[in-house]
Amino acid sequence: MNKKFTKILATSIAAAALTATLAGCGKGSSSSTTESSTEITMWTHAAGNPAELAATQSIVDSYNKSSGAKAQIKVQAFPQESYNDSVVGAASAGNLPCIVDIDGPNVPNWAWAQYLTPLKLSADLTKNLPSTVAKWQGETYAVGYGDVALSMFARKSDLAAAGVRVATIEKPWTKDEFQDALTKLKALGKWDYPLDMGTAGTGEWLPYAYSPFLQSFGGDLIDRKDYQSADGALNGDKAVEWAKWFRGLADQGFMATKSGKDSTQDFLNNKSGLLYTGSWAGDKTREALGDDLAVMPSVDLGKGPKIGGASWQWGVTSGCNNTDAAMDYLSYSLKPENVASVIKATGGIPATDEAAALIPAFAEGGANRVFMEFSRNYAVMRPETPAYPFIATEFGKATQDILAGADPQGALDKAAKAIDANIKSNGGYQK
Amino acid sequence: MNNQLLLRSAGTMLVRILFAVVAAFPIVFMLISSLKPDQQIFGDMSSVAAFLPIGNISFDNYAAVFDRVPAARFMINSIGVSAVTVVLGIFINSLCAFALSRMEVRGKRIVFSAILATLIVPFQTLALPLVWWVNQLPYFELDGFSLEFSKGWLDTYQVQIIPFLANAFSIYLYHQYFESIPKELDEAARIDGAGWFKIYRQVVMPLAGPATATVAILTFLPAWNSYLWPLMVVQSEELRPVMIGIQYFFQLNVSWGEVMAYASLITVPVVILFIAFQKSFINSIASSGVKG
Amino acid sequence: MTLSPLPTRPPEAIAAAAKQSSSPTRHRRPRPGFLREQISGWGMIAPAAVLLLLFVFLPAILGFGLAFTNARLISPRPVEFVGTDNFARLFTDPTFWRALLNVTYFAVVVVPVQSALALAMALLINKKFRGVNFFRTIYFLPVVTSMVVVSLLWMFMYRREGLINQLLSTFSFGLIQGADWLNDPATAMPAIIALSIWQAAGFHMIIWLAGLQSISGELYEAAQLDGASRWHQFRYVTWPGLKHTRSLVLVTITIQALGLFDQVSVMTQGGPLDSTTTIIYEAVRSGFKQQETSYASAISLVFFVLVLLVSAVQRYLTREKD
Repeated sequence: MNKKFTKILATSIAAAALTATLAGCGKGSSSSTTESSTEITMWTHAAGNPAELAATQSIVDSYNKSSGAKAQIKVQAFPQESYNDSVVGAASAGNLPCIVDIDGPNVPNWAWAQYLTPLKLSADLTKNLPSTVAKWQGETYAVGYGDVALSMFARKSDLAAAGVRVATIEKPWTKDEFQDALTKLKALGKWDYPLDMGTAGTGEWLPYAYSPFLQSFGGDLIDRKDYQSADGALNGDKAVEWAKWFRGLADQGFMATKSGKDSTQDFLNNKSGLLYTGSWAGDKTREALGDDLAVMPSVDLGKGPKIGGASWQWGVTSGCNNTDAAMDYLSYSLKPENVASVIKATGGIPATDEAAALIPAFAEGGANRVFMEFSRNYAVMRPETPAYPFIATEFGKATQDILAGADPQGALDKAAKAIDANIKSNGGYQK
Repeated sequence: MNNQLLLRSAGTMLVRILFAVVAAFPIVFMLISSLKPDQQIFGDMSSVAAFLPIGNISFDNYAAVFDRVPAARFMINSIGVSAVTVVLGIFINSLCAFALSRMEVRGKRIVFSAILATLIVPFQTLALPLVWWVNQLPYFELDGFSLEFSKGWLDTYQVQIIPFLANAFSIYLYHQYFESIPKELDEAARIDGAGWFKIYRQVVMPLAGPATATVAILTFLPAWNSYLWPLMVVQSEELRPVMIGIQYFFQLNVSWGEVMAYASLITVPVVILFIAFQKSFINSIASSGVKG
Repeated sequence: MTLSPLPTRPPEAIAAAAKQSSSPTRHRRPRPGFLREQISGWGMIAPAAVLLLLFVFLPAILGFGLAFTNARLISPRPVEFVGTDNFARLFTDPTFWRALLNVTYFAVVVVPVQSALALAMALLINKKFRGVNFFRTIYFLPVVTSMVVVSLLWMFMYRREGLINQLLSTFSFGLIQGADWLNDPATAMPAIIALSIWQAAGFHMIIWLAGLQSISGELYEAAQLDGASRWHQFRYVTWPGLKHTRSLVLVTITIQALGLFDQVSVMTQGGPLDSTTTIIYEAVRSGFKQQETSYASAISLVFFVLVLLVSAVQRYLTREKD
């Protein structure tokens, strides 16, 4: 027998034996299928964010240790980018845990699918930022510790050099002013494209970032009267106006039809002069630019500045065999000090003023207070309908097509038609 | 060596080097970027600086990787899962190919065609029904001396291994390779009284070194790179494979330097494996088999 | 899919093989050991066959069955049988036809170019020379590099002010102004093609290499004694010797090309203006993102039938003529 083959075989058997030992610890110790009523599992999207995970874990630990604990909570963390695929896999196998983390706009879809059960919390949610409470058909299904806010970032020195005023919450830029600002910034000749709107973004970024512009023009993703049709809202005159404006930004050379992979880094490397992104870039840009950083509200395109509302939120699944304990834990976790500790770790906007008071950057006069104002004043919820995940993909594709040069009316008509067909084929997404 | 030959071999070498440069630059980029801070990676991106270790060079990214991801644990999981998949896969698939290629089994044409047809089914379309299906399968666990029985394979090592053991591509590759090994070797062994399994093990497999090396490398890759599947069927962090780790870096603010460092780390085992196995490409029929 | 007839043996084996029939169909009359051969044979096939049955056929049939229903990924509504509604919708969807066109374009370019390049690479590193291990490893590197890294780098290289355009402009002394590769419907697919070939050629190089190693060195020695040129050696020794490997490479490259997904998903998401969308990309988009499981299943079923047809035609065209 060939010696080499024997050698390979021997090595391989050794490797197999090693794994068999490894597999001795067999099934994942924290499998959700084995959960009993005294131990319930909670899924979070915080894997890879050690600070956020630690903050969540410490709330869980203190709850587990408290005398009133109705069950022991166990945390399982998943990476955010692929969290949805994990959840979909578990859901299709009927294997969801008791408490889940869920991106706000998807809550109605889950509620409709009867994955989620309405929340019955002892905590008072009336003072929360409205965008941190997810409701559908009169019931509350999920609640978040905080939100994020879209903003414009620039260097004050650049704005001054171009002779452009710093936009403020009292006086945001109008459409004309924005046009003027871009023209002047471009004239500085410092950048290939003065504006970076993150047009290389994909997935949920597209509706999150660009549908608020549509809403500021007076259009919308769907007619919110009864959530049955996008016709007229998504492809009406206002929507076409939005599409032409958006495409125009690229045509005039103000922004790239496809920006770089990381628009914040490009902004810091001085490859753009005006950055449109979420509040999560706040700390990083301030650290790099210091006082030169200007954080400005989004543009008023007619109906006032708008930004997308709702971030990650917590819900309880309907398959949970100890809902009582799950609700109890969620109420416990919503105490201001708990909210504050998680928010500090995530860099989000705290859901309540009480929590904000505990975080210096968000307390009155804090550097990040402005984001809280944006959220309070401008946030528009993405349509609270089970059709949202479908709407989001259609809107995202229409936006990309329009940027790539598609006829605005045609692209929007196509999206509206697809959305209406989807709603119809799902029986109007009635309960 | 005359001049013409010398010129020709120099020319061949030049072509080799050209190919090598084209093939290697992303790896160079990855390694170099893993030593730089994020802002510099993007700053250097549109010039040759992206491939040069200049500027602010450090191993900070590597240190940070281990704070974010249980990288060692993931690495052990992936090595284990991939090794078992490769070893058992080599055995199962070569055995099947052996019967299909060298034995006169009734109905083998249909079986072979059916096996090849599975090459066409893209995994993405299979994934969801498969998740449901593996959760219906029985699960046995040896607890001391008693056999414990439960339902569902989710959140285990086996769910990452068993569905991928049988592989049409490996069977096909072995089959085509076996076809090129002279069949009178089997005949000779049969005359000496060898059974079929003995022929497989002692005559054919030792000659199939290059095929085995190829199958080993080519089944190791998807096992090592598996991503969508573990995402859907593995919930416990301690069972996750390396590719899921990459997702840990994609937060609202992406740490690109750490992505590069982690990607560099997880590429190393594959390269080592390749170097180890590719030596068997030398070990061919041409040098040993036919005469032996 | 049909099988090619059992291939003929290497030249030196023909004489010996003449005694033994090369086609199973001629074995009508059971010979000694027939039953034992059947039992051992099926015993050897069984493990792989059972596993494939359990983990590919069964879920595939399950999935294909959904194509005739209105099943959703997430829905409280009962699943209903809807006949061929999904297919009617699919065949009237311009995006589907565009995807089909794109995939054809991709395959027509990639299959010949990539297999030829992979063979060239394999030939360059087949024989032993100083540094052969080094070159083999380097050539294989693109295959093992994480797609995240590859896409990040290539997206930057493909940008208007990216490395590729800088090189183009330098080497043409400013004559050629490069395109905005991934953003122009005319150049996006060629850009994806170049990247794909670059990444996957090493994979098929390995397969070619295994095939090259199965060719007896004696044949080359004999050819050299006859004074055959390098081209003649390739034409009359190497090429016929790669007969089995050829069909393997052809079939797998074709299937991989028609199943194009990863690169598109990471780099262009099917855009701009559907110029890079593919059948599998549409299936995944519908099935995972849009939750229309049944529609995605219909796409998968159509894809399966299409590839089956292509492979059958391919095998018919490349069949070995006796």
